[in-house]
Amino acid sequence: MARRIPSRYRSYRSLIERGTLKSGDRQRWREWGRTNVEAVATKPVNTQTGSRVKWNRKDLLGLEDLTVEEIELILDTAESFKEVSTRAIKKVPALRGKTIVNLFFEPSTRTRTSFELAAKRLSADVLNVSSSTSSVVKGETLHDTLANIEAMKTDMVVIRHLSSGAPHFLAARCRSSIVNAGDGMHEHPTQGLLDMFTIREKLGRIAGLKVSIIGDIAHSRVARSNIWGLVKMGAHVTVCGPATLLPPDIHKMNVTVASNLREALAGADVVYVLRIQLERQNGKLLPTIREYVRFFGVDKEKMRAAPPTAIIMHPGPINRNVELASDVADGPNSVILEQVTNGLAVRMAVLYLLAGSEVTDETSD
Amino acid sequence: MKLLIKGGRIVDPASRRDFRGDILVSDTKIEKIGENVRAHADRVIDADGLVVAPGFIDMHVHLREPGYEEKETIRTGSMSGAKGGFTSLVAMANTNPPIDNAGMVDFVLTRAKETAVVKVFPVAAVSKGLEGKELTEAGELKEAGAVALSDDGHPITDSELMRRALEYAGMFGLPIIVHSEDPQLAGNGSMNEGFNSTVLGLRGIPKAAEEVMLSRDLSIAELTRGRIHFAHISTARSVELIREAKKRRLTVTAETAPHYFSLTDDAVRTYNTNAKMKPPLRGPEDVAAIKRGLADGTLDVVATDHAPHTATEKEVEFDVAPFGIVGLETALPLIITELVEPGVLSLMDAIAKVTINPARILGLPLGELKEGGVADIAIFDPDEEIVIDASAFASLGRNTPFHGLKLKGHALYTIVGGRIVVDEGKLSVP
Repeated sequence: MARRIPSRYRSYRSLIERGTLKSGDRQRWREWGRTNVEAVATKPVNTQTGSRVKWNRKDLLGLEDLTVEEIELILDTAESFKEVSTRAIKKVPALRGKTIVNLFFEPSTRTRTSFELAAKRLSADVLNVSSSTSSVVKGETLHDTLANIEAMKTDMVVIRHLSSGAPHFLAARCRSSIVNAGDGMHEHPTQGLLDMFTIREKLGRIAGLKVSIIGDIAHSRVARSNIWGLVKMGAHVTVCGPATLLPPDIHKMNVTVASNLREALAGADVVYVLRIQLERQNGKLLPTIREYVRFFGVDKEKMRAAPPTAIIMHPGPINRNVELASDVADGPNSVILEQVTNGLAVRMAVLYLLAGSEVTDETSD
Repeated sequence: MKLLIKGGRIVDPASRRDFRGDILVSDTKIEKIGENVRAHADRVIDADGLVVAPGFIDMHVHLREPGYEEKETIRTGSMSGAKGGFTSLVAMANTNPPIDNAGMVDFVLTRAKETAVVKVFPVAAVSKGLEGKELTEAGELKEAGAVALSDDGHPITDSELMRRALEYAGMFGLPIIVHSEDPQLAGNGSMNEGFNSTVLGLRGIPKAAEEVMLSRDLSIAELTRGRIHFAHISTARSVELIREAKKRRLTVTAETAPHYFSLTDDAVRTYNTNAKMKPPLRGPEDVAAIKRGLADGTLDVVATDHAPHTATEKEVEFDVAPFGIVGLETALPLIITELVEPGVLSLMDAIAKVTINPARILGLPLGELKEGGVADIAIFDPDEEIVIDASAFASLGRNTPFHGLKLKGHALYTIVGGRIVVDEGKLSVP
């Protein structure tokens, strides 16, 4: 079967003919879909050649692989979805009849909730499967776990796993689209996307901005996804953290390594504070949390080194008054809750685009 | 039974001979080697265009029996070796139970005699239960047939135990094969520490984990004048340290494995668990240094560290997959393609790394072609291109990063004690 973009969003008539839409959806679809998502999902990117960028990936595994055009497509698509959540009826029929599984091998409330709500607002059926232990511990392989889920004819699997590369392992072996919702210390692409969306929304652009990422870079999938995405989009990324929490050769990802917090904050347009895993404090990576707070905790006093316009971001959940002081987290420059709001729109866009890249037999309409 | 190998390029590193000639094998021994041997033979192998070398010796394999027969058995491992041109395998002690007493050495030798198609020489543990606490009975182990001692897979962290083991084993002339790794520095890393581990979000094993233990053991070798053989050297600095130690006439030898001169940690970029082994694949500068070390003799031996695992064990998340890859059936083509073809080593020197050098380190009367000597012979085509096909391996292990690769060098005949066990590239024994 050929893999191609389905035509289902191009013509309303064909949707009715193929039974994708019921006539009752007509009004809602007219109001929203054709004028909104359809327009951006085929947004012209090259005005000279007139070629249109489209989504044709089966999976979203990381931002390392994405092109600037693909990132822009997701962000633009998310913009149209953001409006859906402001309506009285917060639902569109885009993924009606699709089954999305949230397969979470690591406890996560906010990412899972965000994906679940995103799927529901697109009218997909959602199944949540959680397991706090690795499948290997249970004696079942990860592949078996997914094969069993796929046997129920699911369309998309959103996976959170403690092992880096687990989504890649599955994507290579499964028919379903795989969305990486965070794998080990590797990537968390939707977090990176929602952060870029928020930066673009708040500051109007990404290119040329100084974005400083502060904290435990070594163990952070959020940092990696943000670095890949932001650098691609033309931002100047600076990382800052204790030497024990900086990964080797991080500068080769085209970031600046600041030697202290003051240097990282100076001139920053965005101050991105990472969560410190309190369990890291095993005496080898950090002497004490107290010392971390003193040298790397972002508070009002230290923020005086940053421009007054710098926005504050955090992937949540915050350890208040550890990596981020409450007065800064709740202050006027904080966009932390907007990140959460945008996360929903970005995840809707991702699910929507991935569903649209599905295999179809239809040639054209 | 007489076997005549005719018209091959005979390469024997022990005598530094490289000439076109014939070899007459009579029963288990080589009767005659010469430019034109005339004899009535029951079987004639036309070796025109082929290289006739001493049977290869792999001084570092894991045959898994007893205890892990689902990964490999002495029989399947020996068949895998035979297909790769190996006539002798030196089997590591980390079985279950481990080879840490004379009875277990005897078990391996008995099983080998009953089932193996090539020779198997057991290595016994340095410490009881591979626990790194108490010495094994080296004297008895030697008498039972162990050719070396090693806790391979389990670094000896107790420096005093290392010292005493060298002193004690030295009394019986047993070398100690050392797996140089500082377990704390290696932590629960699963690949080389560097840019690739940063990008992949995998915990790294720094090169220093190998080098600090190697440095320690060089100091202990100096203290004890003991015989250490360093296993699977993977870093540039390790090569330098050994080079310097040899200059100072320490009695140390070293090996590397084919993957350390063929691959870098880029091979991990797809989370391929068949590129996961210990020590891990390193950077390009290390690969270059390993090649230099082989070329100048710092690294005496190429050994495969053949480490079979089941597909089920390897078909998992990268960080939970076991370490190790199989190597017996890819060693020769990798040596030819990566070392001989590019001119890193002459064919003669390359063959020495898998024949006379390991034989001398272990004190085995093997690894050379001489009249009256044992007829362990490998015949291969150095020019034939083959495509590595893991599914065709005789080993139970399919865990190789080289599957699908086109390489040069095909082992065609393997003769063990005068018996043809691989004939025209195929196993010829029941």
